[in-house]
Amino acid sequence: METFLQQTLNGLVSGSIYALVALGYTMVYGILGLINFAHGDLLMVGALVALQTVTLLNAAVPGLHPVILLLAGVAVAVPVCMAVGYLIERIGYRRLRNAPRLAPLITAIGVSFLLQTLAMIIWGREFHVFPQLVSTTPMEPMAGVVVSPLQIFTIVVAFALMGGLMLLVNKSRLGRAMRATAENHRVAGLMGINANGVIAATFIIGSGLAALAGVLFASNYAIAHYAMGFTPGLKAFTAAVLGGIGNLPGAMVGGLVLGLVESFGAGYIEHLTFGFLNSSYQDIFAFVILGAVLIFRPSGLLGERVADRA
Amino acid sequence: MTTTSSTLPLPASFALDRRIQRPLVILLALAAPLVALAMGKSWVRVLDFALLYVLLAIGLNLVVGFAGLLDLGYIAFYAVGAYTWAFLASPHFGIHLPFWIVLPLGAAFAALAGIALGFPTLRLRGDYLAIVTLGFGEIIRIFMNNLNQPINITNGPQGIDSIDPLTIAGLDLSRDLDLFGFQISSLLLYYYAFLACVVFAIILVRRLQISRIGRAWAAIRDDELAAKAIGIDTRMMKLLAFALGATFGGVSGGLFAAFQGFVSPESFSLMESIVVLTMIVLGGMGNLAGVVVGAIMLTALPELLRHFAVPMQMALFGKTLLDPEVLRMLLLSLAMIVMMLVRPAGLLPARTRYAHRDRRNA
Amino acid sequence: MITLLESRAVNKRFGGLKALTDVSLTIRKGEVYGLIGPNGAGKTTFFNVLTGAYAIDGGEFVMNGSELPSAKPHLVVQHGIARTFQNIRLFRELTALENVMAGHHIRSSAGVWGILTQSRAAREEERLMQERALEILDYVGIGRHADTVARNLSYGDQRRLEIARALATEPQLLALDEPAAGMNATETAGLRTLVETIRKDGITVLLIEHDVKLIMGLCDRVAVLDFGKKIAEGTPAEVQRDPDVIRAYLGGHRAH
Ligand SMILES: Nc1ncnc2c1ncn2[C@@H]1O[C@H](COP(=O)(O)OP(=O)(O)O)[C@@H](O)[C@H]1O
Ligand SMILES: [Mg+2]
Repeated sequence: METFLQQTLNGLVSGSIYALVALGYTMVYGILGLINFAHGDLLMVGALVALQTVTLLNAAVPGLHPVILLLAGVAVAVPVCMAVGYLIERIGYRRLRNAPRLAPLITAIGVSFLLQTLAMIIWGREFHVFPQLVSTTPMEPMAGVVVSPLQIFTIVVAFALMGGLMLLVNKSRLGRAMRATAENHRVAGLMGINANGVIAATFIIGSGLAALAGVLFASNYAIAHYAMGFTPGLKAFTAAVLGGIGNLPGAMVGGLVLGLVESFGAGYIEHLTFGFLNSSYQDIFAFVILGAVLIFRPSGLLGERVADRA
Repeated sequence: MTTTSSTLPLPASFALDRRIQRPLVILLALAAPLVALAMGKSWVRVLDFALLYVLLAIGLNLVVGFAGLLDLGYIAFYAVGAYTWAFLASPHFGIHLPFWIVLPLGAAFAALAGIALGFPTLRLRGDYLAIVTLGFGEIIRIFMNNLNQPINITNGPQGIDSIDPLTIAGLDLSRDLDLFGFQISSLLLYYYAFLACVVFAIILVRRLQISRIGRAWAAIRDDELAAKAIGIDTRMMKLLAFALGATFGGVSGGLFAAFQGFVSPESFSLMESIVVLTMIVLGGMGNLAGVVVGAIMLTALPELLRHFAVPMQMALFGKTLLDPEVLRMLLLSLAMIVMMLVRPAGLLPARTRYAHRDRRNA
Repeated sequence: MITLLESRAVNKRFGGLKALTDVSLTIRKGEVYGLIGPNGAGKTTFFNVLTGAYAIDGGEFVMNGSELPSAKPHLVVQHGIARTFQNIRLFRELTALENVMAGHHIRSSAGVWGILTQSRAAREEERLMQERALEILDYVGIGRHADTVARNLSYGDQRRLEIARALATEPQLLALDEPAAGMNATETAGLRTLVETIRKDGITVLLIEHDVKLIMGLCDRVAVLDFGKKIAEGTPAEVQRDPDVIRAYLGGHRAH
């Protein structure tokens, strides 16, 4: 029972980060029908920019409270990622909206590698230690479960962001414009909606979420690295497909489910395979799930938005 | 709007001399390693690798360029071929089967892997395929890295070495050949063996391209719904492209293992898949000549960077700002983006595949 | 009169929208059958369900006495039905000749092995296919453009090429979705001659069209759809006098 609760908690922590990244995939997919391969790398950019800010600030003004450092890191990382996200859309994808479908996909892969290479040039190839700005010291065990403030912080922040996004999409004018554009660019245009603006906004919001996810991810694993976006990016995409790509609540559910499955899977894989596979195989769960979903329920748990017309 | 650039007419002199072109290319292919040898053995090695990449790129082009399926885990099939060779022709398990068994087996395993992967995914929308294949490539790598315990199958990250070389009719290609007192370098022997494979592959792929199957692939690539509407079983055809492409990957993987004498998971990273993809993007998706040119360019790139970019930076800045590896990644990613934006059809775009007038008059 | 295709109470829904409600028609061998109706009436949807582009939600199609599979477009073609699309869908990067040869796919059989070894049978089949494709291109009047890449053809020629590609599948029923849309008067006249030739050569034609003159001149019988329901069927003259049809067309109750 205790391990069960513990695995659940661990799963929720990583799951809520996946969910944040998955939202970015799903929003862009919903509106453009494009898998933005570079989205996972925005998480990396967010983490490394935050790290850089924290390091510089700490050197300039020693002894600042960790929370202030963290806020400063976020305050720089989010706008930087938003700008990068906007530029990617503006320069890389906008011109290709009506191109044969392989073209934007290949561009997206190129952008992903470009971001990684630039990060490698700026920050080198080494792993950087990401400072523990929120305490990771376990608190008093509750019901035998070890919880750190950082874990609670991660879950709370992620859920708050998701709630905020849902409000934005469902209640605001921008949200309505986004939904209309996702339905049909041309018709949205006729209704007086600036589709280009809405698409740019989608990229910007998704990138901001990725930046925050990056800070959370790096905090939890205490590490930042130029290629750190790849695996969580792939997993977040899996989460988006799992929930039903194009579907916002689906992305959140998918992220959480994936986090939980991974956490339990890693805990029990040795039992399940009679010791043949161990926890170094944790990363294949996401792919196995992805495969299974695509085979048995390609529209995902909550159903996807499809608009393919003959 | 983006594809219009593909119809830019080639300069007349270019198209005119088809009869001169072919012998010229053949001569170049035969003489290239001799020229390279004069520059140093390492350049012949580069050429040998270039041919392996050409073979890989031809296979991936069949999937991406012909059928329009974006496969991002293509290198996994290369790995299957390479590890098949390593398992069945090395001291690792103490098995030493001849190439004419190992190579077809590797190809067959790769094809099976392609079918196993394609069967569930190919009925889905194309972009999912990209992600699934990406994941597949990673899974294969995770297994290669970790299947050294509890039973040692792959020998983990250390890889497998002392792999048997390619031996054809008693001729061991890994040894220099003494021919009437002339020493023929092993690198040259491999070069001509690989060249033969490449030529054979080009002939086969060319035949597929101008057949009902090649047209069905092109139809699916251009408009899947319309392809279905004229009765093409799109799923079967995609599966076929996938399996055939994987076969090429398997063969080149086997040759790679034999040539290198050593395989490890490191050689089969995602980066390799991306490199091969960039080769065909750069050269011109769907066009064999373009693919060959792209593959050779990108294999030579790291060497060129080592030889020229580093000294140039030293001269300009007094130090190396960007090491060749980083520079290579930078150029690759920029190439992908810029090509798609500016010249999506590649440097040598696919021209009419099927000029029936030629045949009529022939 | 022999029945070629029968639709029996065909239904199709998109979420809450009933795009087709119990549509039953009978198309006889050798006729030109018109399907008309205001925009958004469900004509294209009828084509999509018939040809398997969409799954059927109720009812069935019977062709030559056997039920058509649902949502399996490549099998429907084997039953002898070929279609064109309202917004042209050619294989853009292929030449006109290649487009038509692709249409021959199901009428040819060379396998991988035969092609790789260039067996005599495979070579012969390829040659015949090419000859036949050139004939079809001449038949629809664009033989001189055989080597032109599809996307470089003029609009009218693209429409013709789409018909040629459909003919290459050797259909018994040719379904044309607004083939004259966007054509000028000369092009429309040419199209009319072409459809008449096709009919004369024994192929039944199912025609969606807006151009009333074209419908009246070409069709033996016409069905009218409105809001996904068949509201009239008969000769063009009969239908033209039908009060329901007049209301549907003059009502102007559509925002589309
Ligand atoms: N794939 C689809 N998804 C949702 N609604 C559709 C789809 N295809 C057609 N419709 C709707 O079905 C109705 C009939 O459309 P259609 O068959 O295209 O009409 P038309 O008679 O003009 O060809 C329209 O209201 C249209 O919006
Ligand atoms: Mg219509």
